[in-house]
Amino acid sequence: MNIPMLLEMAAGAADDREAVRCGDESLTYAELHDRASALAGRLVADGVENVALLALNSVDVPVLQFAAAAAGVPFVPLNYRLTDAQLDAALERLGSGLLVTDDGAGRELSLPAGIVAVPSAEVRAWSTDPAAPRRDGVDVPGDAVALKLFTSGTTGAPKTALIRHRHLSSYIVATVEFLGCGPEESILVSVPNYHIAGVTSVLSSTYSGRRMVQLPTFDPARWVAVAREQEVTHAMVVPTMLNRILDELERLPGGLPHLRSLSYGGGRMPVAVLERALAALPGTSFVNAYGLTETSSTIAVLGPEDHRAALASSDPDVRARLGSVGRPLDTVEIEVRDALGQPVPVGDSGEIFVRGDQIAGEYASHSALVDGWYPTRDRGHLDADGYLFLEGRADDVIVRGGENISPGEIEDVLLEHESVAEVAVVGVPDTEWGERVEAMVVASDGHVVDEAALQEWVRRRLRSTRVPSRVLAAAALPYNETGKLLRREVKQSLRQEVVGA
Amino acid sequence: MKPGTRLHSTVSEASVVVVRPGTTDVLTCGGQPMATEPSGGATAADATDGEQLVIGKRYVDEESGVEVLCVKGGAGPLAVAGRVLTVKSAKQLPASD
Repeated sequence: MNIPMLLEMAAGAADDREAVRCGDESLTYAELHDRASALAGRLVADGVENVALLALNSVDVPVLQFAAAAAGVPFVPLNYRLTDAQLDAALERLGSGLLVTDDGAGRELSLPAGIVAVPSAEVRAWSTDPAAPRRDGVDVPGDAVALKLFTSGTTGAPKTALIRHRHLSSYIVATVEFLGCGPEESILVSVPNYHIAGVTSVLSSTYSGRRMVQLPTFDPARWVAVAREQEVTHAMVVPTMLNRILDELERLPGGLPHLRSLSYGGGRMPVAVLERALAALPGTSFVNAYGLTETSSTIAVLGPEDHRAALASSDPDVRARLGSVGRPLDTVEIEVRDALGQPVPVGDSGEIFVRGDQIAGEYASHSALVDGWYPTRDRGHLDADGYLFLEGRADDVIVRGGENISPGEIEDVLLEHESVAEVAVVGVPDTEWGERVEAMVVASDGHVVDEAALQEWVRRRLRSTRVPSRVLAAAALPYNETGKLLRREVKQSLRQEVVGA
Repeated sequence: MKPGTRLHSTVSEASVVVVRPGTTDVLTCGGQPMATEPSGGATAADATDGEQLVIGKRYVDEESGVEVLCVKGGAGPLAVAGRVLTVKSAKQLPASD
């Protein structure tokens, strides 16, 4: 199976349906298919080896994504928030190919010899050339690399993740009902195109026949305005976006009457934000999805029924599921293993391993698969009914005097304190303990950070080894653009505090 | 058959893509073995009143483990060793992306 097959099917069965809209521009499935086929013909004729993209979302982005797939070459969307030097390093690693850029990007890149930069307007002209030879790409092998993503690297040096046609098409065919959406259904896409969820959103929208409504970049006021004006029925957000959307909805009453489903993921969702969202959007179903770049997006889902049951339950175990990422998809297997690689009993913490047709687990340098299983480097546990709870990255575990401490557990307790709006708990090098626990806290409105009170708060709820030896107040915490906490930076600033003291 | 192999009916417009090859080598459509190339024209059996294959549906045979995805609709039915393949009922997943 391959990606061109997904578009061919949609274009064949729903050719005059609107596929994508950005502002005043839109394309039908037939137009999307035709442009992608024309552009693919050009890419093949020019011998292009990679199709890199450095641009905001537009109707040209799905054209480019499907054109690269039909040409059988990798699509390489780049993070436009990186510095020029970081982008140069990424392009150096890519080696050769086409770099499609927004006209006004204002970059000063020293492109490696093999990279040819082309403005997106010119690429659009290629894709709309009626004389261009067409290439539909239905014969592209499933083993061909469809996607190269430079992973965010919140814990270390970025890596080039490779995802093949068979991984992405397996994921779509197994999880999406073909043309399962009615012509009135649409999804508001505001995640960046270089995020795995941005890539899979194009594929699942196409296969389900659901219209994509794009925002060039996320802005809460625009998001609410477009959701209302376009009567969008579905949307996907990361936790930081949701909080800002809720602020906007409070400012501009009227709700989102057409929004049937809101999915969230890509970072830890504070239960308080979720409860606020459930109250503000009573007619909307909520879906929490967990997945990674290396797993072709979603591998576990907490669905609308799970949300309702958890909210309505007085059983603390069921109630707690509001903080879980739900159950694994039918088509993947999830195991929680200990440090020796053995599965742990239900309820025990360990590293999450996953296996299935959609799991790539591969980098340009090596495959990370172990007997077909991908070690996610995420820590978590399963409850008796198979619900998965995340506890943070394995690399973030604090080892204090030989004891493994999960920062997420301490953060959850601190977040329950009324004075805490945001918190990061990290391990800081310590001569006596190896590492000691420290916390950085952003105070909630009208409160101040009281170190002794918060230490006592943790001591009364968790073991004494979990009590942060320092609690520092901060104006803000560092996050990446999808809302992931950058612990490395928190650690660095806590270390500098010591040096400066 | 390998995953991703595209097979065309010789009796109708239908075509499928192999999702899981299972243990079988021969898949039939409307009683005739399917071909790796489109047949390119109507055949005597074109008017078959066999079950219509529906684009986007997955068809399975539990005994051999074969699973295919219909990528173009047309007259069927699909069969392995005389056993007619059934539509795989996919559990409806909430949209996550």
